[in-house]
Amino acid sequence: MIDQQAIAVASFDPPLPVPEAAVLSPTASSSKGLIMQFLEWFGDLGMFFWQVVRAAVTPPFEFRELFRQLDEIGSKSLPLVALAGAATGVVLSMEARYSLTRFGAKSLLPAAIVFSVIHETGPIITGLVVSGRVGAGIGAELSSMKVTEQIDAIEASAVNPYRLLAATRILACILMLPLLTLAADCSGLVMGWVAQAAVEPLSFHQFINSGFKGADFSDFLPPTFKTMFFGLIIGLVACFQGMRTQGGAAGVGRAATSSVVLSSLFVILADVVLVKLILIFFP
Amino acid sequence: METIDQIALRQEEAEKAGSAPVIVAENLRKSFGSQTVLNGISLTVHRGETLAVLGRSGTGKSVLLRLVIGLEKPDSGSICIHGQDTAGLALDQMGEIRKKMGFVFQQAALYDSLTVEQNVAFPLLHHKKDMSKAERSDRVMQLLAEVGMEGNLRKMPSDISGGMQKRVGLARALALEPDVLLLDEPTAGLDPISSGEIDDLVLKLQQKYHMASIVVTHDLHSAKAIAGRLALLNEGNVVIEGSFEELQKSNDKFVKEFLKQS
Repeated sequence: MIDQQAIAVASFDPPLPVPEAAVLSPTASSSKGLIMQFLEWFGDLGMFFWQVVRAAVTPPFEFRELFRQLDEIGSKSLPLVALAGAATGVVLSMEARYSLTRFGAKSLLPAAIVFSVIHETGPIITGLVVSGRVGAGIGAELSSMKVTEQIDAIEASAVNPYRLLAATRILACILMLPLLTLAADCSGLVMGWVAQAAVEPLSFHQFINSGFKGADFSDFLPPTFKTMFFGLIIGLVACFQGMRTQGGAAGVGRAATSSVVLSSLFVILADVVLVKLILIFFP
Repeated sequence: METIDQIALRQEEAEKAGSAPVIVAENLRKSFGSQTVLNGISLTVHRGETLAVLGRSGTGKSVLLRLVIGLEKPDSGSICIHGQDTAGLALDQMGEIRKKMGFVFQQAALYDSLTVEQNVAFPLLHHKKDMSKAERSDRVMQLLAEVGMEGNLRKMPSDISGGMQKRVGLARALALEPDVLLLDEPTAGLDPISSGEIDDLVLKLQQKYHMASIVVTHDLHSAKAIAGRLALLNEGNVVIEGSFEELQKSNDKFVKEFLKQS
């Protein structure tokens, strides 16, 4: 009996363990084995990334698919991101009010909300919401295409699947994350003001003037553009997990789950590094 | 010193004259883990010829097709299409060769988010950029008419039967006018009438386009109907290769058993 799973996956790369599955698997007994699997996964991810970059910078360019993905990833994530940003703004406003009042610094409330939203909560909330919605979507879609041989059919039609499927999705994630972050920031600030104004009368003009006093572009641009890295991580991990799927419906489920889990995890870890770098280069 | 174009032209002329095979596979070996699937298979297919590859389930018939189109890499051995060795070619280089090849998948592998029309238009959209929308639409209609599916343009793959999906898959494979056609179990899972219709269709298209074809099947009747030459695989090797009559005359125990059970 031929190993059909191995056959299904072999056109892209040899069958490799999914790290999340390996971590959870009771058969993954030794820590040495786990480390090897982890390193192997990173090695494969690196090779996959190289294939995607090579495909993305050589013609023919898949503009039609790119625009479709910009809509799919950008426009359709907008309501969710805006809602998450708004909720964060309200929570921040309530929490900050309570804390700052205790320490007698209530006048700093608008600035605290503005800086929290644009520096950290807006970007990270956007990253996490998009990794949930888009990561799962890409992982499930590509893995489903993989197990039903649709990706092989694309390749057999002389179309490079790295260019058509992966490069377009990754690029769309990279381009859309900063824009979605702006939306999350705006809705967060507006709802932060609403929560503030509901307790104590304050015009939006006053809130913004007070909040942005002392702020400049270096407070706003680096945190917003760091989400391009989040987009890269989300797109790359989801495409990689989707296009290396094996094992039918169960494999599709695993790919979707691991896409979300791994991309969310890497977004948070990347944020740690990026925040440090921003503090170094934009003190 | 000949240029690449001159070599390609000479090869094409030789293929048309029938002196040069279009597909040459030599000593192909392929394993998955410890499982050896193909163990040194060689075959050639000329222009206008159909080779049926027969064998029990799991003998590596589909793997052989995937090796020919480059979806798998052989562990050893070589595959030449139109005189060009496909070993070591990058994805885009292999893509140039694949433009002259059509592949019909066992489960059709239609793009489930596209309509029947869009599925057939897919290769044209990507490789015939100079084609106008009207020309593309006409070509799609012509292809679908050839496979008897012209009345299902707007349907999604999930809305049509397995036999119809295979017809659409065949139309998609023919979109770029290939001179190599690979069919993976074209009649698998179909009722006898639909199988017969697919066989007739493949035969008709083969006679019309004079492609070099490999049909993988375990259906002896289908193989007999559409192929002039048959190769029987067992345990990774070609047991016998020849016409159906030559297979019938064989004294090999496995060949006799296969013919008896088919």
